[in-house]
Amino acid sequence: MSMVMDFLFFGLVVLTMAGAILAVRGRVLMHAVLGLAVSLLGVSGLYLFLGSPFLALMQVLIYVGAVCVVLVFGIMVGYTPNEEAEKVPMGRNAFLGLMASGSAAFFLVVMVISRTVWTPAVERLNDFSIEHVGESLMMQWCLSFELISVVLLIAIVGAIILARDGRDEVSR
Amino acid sequence: MSFYTNLSTYLILALFLLMMGIYGIIRHKTFIGMLISTELVLNGAGLNFMAFNKFLAPDPAVGQIFTLFIMGIAAAEAAITISFILAVYRKFTTGDPRGMTDLKG
Repeated sequence: MSMVMDFLFFGLVVLTMAGAILAVRGRVLMHAVLGLAVSLLGVSGLYLFLGSPFLALMQVLIYVGAVCVVLVFGIMVGYTPNEEAEKVPMGRNAFLGLMASGSAAFFLVVMVISRTVWTPAVERLNDFSIEHVGESLMMQWCLSFELISVVLLIAIVGAIILARDGRDEVSR
Repeated sequence: MSFYTNLSTYLILALFLLMMGIYGIIRHKTFIGMLISTELVLNGAGLNFMAFNKFLAPDPAVGQIFTLFIMGIAAAEAAITISFILAVYRKFTTGDPRGMTDLKG
């Protein structure tokens, strides 16, 4: 059983990393969105391993279902569908410098992570169940919950106002 | 000790997502490409919250709620950015950030 779980976990990690690399290095812009969707699916599988099936479903619904579709719409409207995701031209030295500083930062943070002694909480207040998530969302974090709904409303109204701005000029 | 019961595995994976996202923001030429890379960064942050929530936090509901908020903010940000890209595309008829040089002397 543990062997199967190991195998599944490594599959999800490979899915996440391969999707991220495709999202960044993809030649066509559509492939980049596809890579992002694959990477997000991998992370939603990792959420299952982290004990939250609710968050895994929300990840698939919101990220893969909504955000990726919005990105595809954006590509269709603003670019040609097989638009080349052309990279910013970069000299050899700049590329090497970026790689060197990036990998140095990566290994420094990995060292910090592996050297730190993580101390878990002494006791757990409640379990991972969706009942407790909903309860604290309505009691403890009620203000943030209401605020994020306001943020979403403003985002929707703002998006409509921004996007229909040019239309009046055309019709006039 | 297995890999998936180890906090460091998740933290290093989230770090990898963050690095790939920053690299993509630097390298991509189009606005949409930058937006895709930003989603990767936000997703790494969410994975970090969930990992700490599972292994260290006293109340396991908090990390899940924060990750939900990150998802909501990411959705709002994607909608706003797409409408920005639409407006910019109408004005400049290009999605290339290097074409928008009206303020350049």
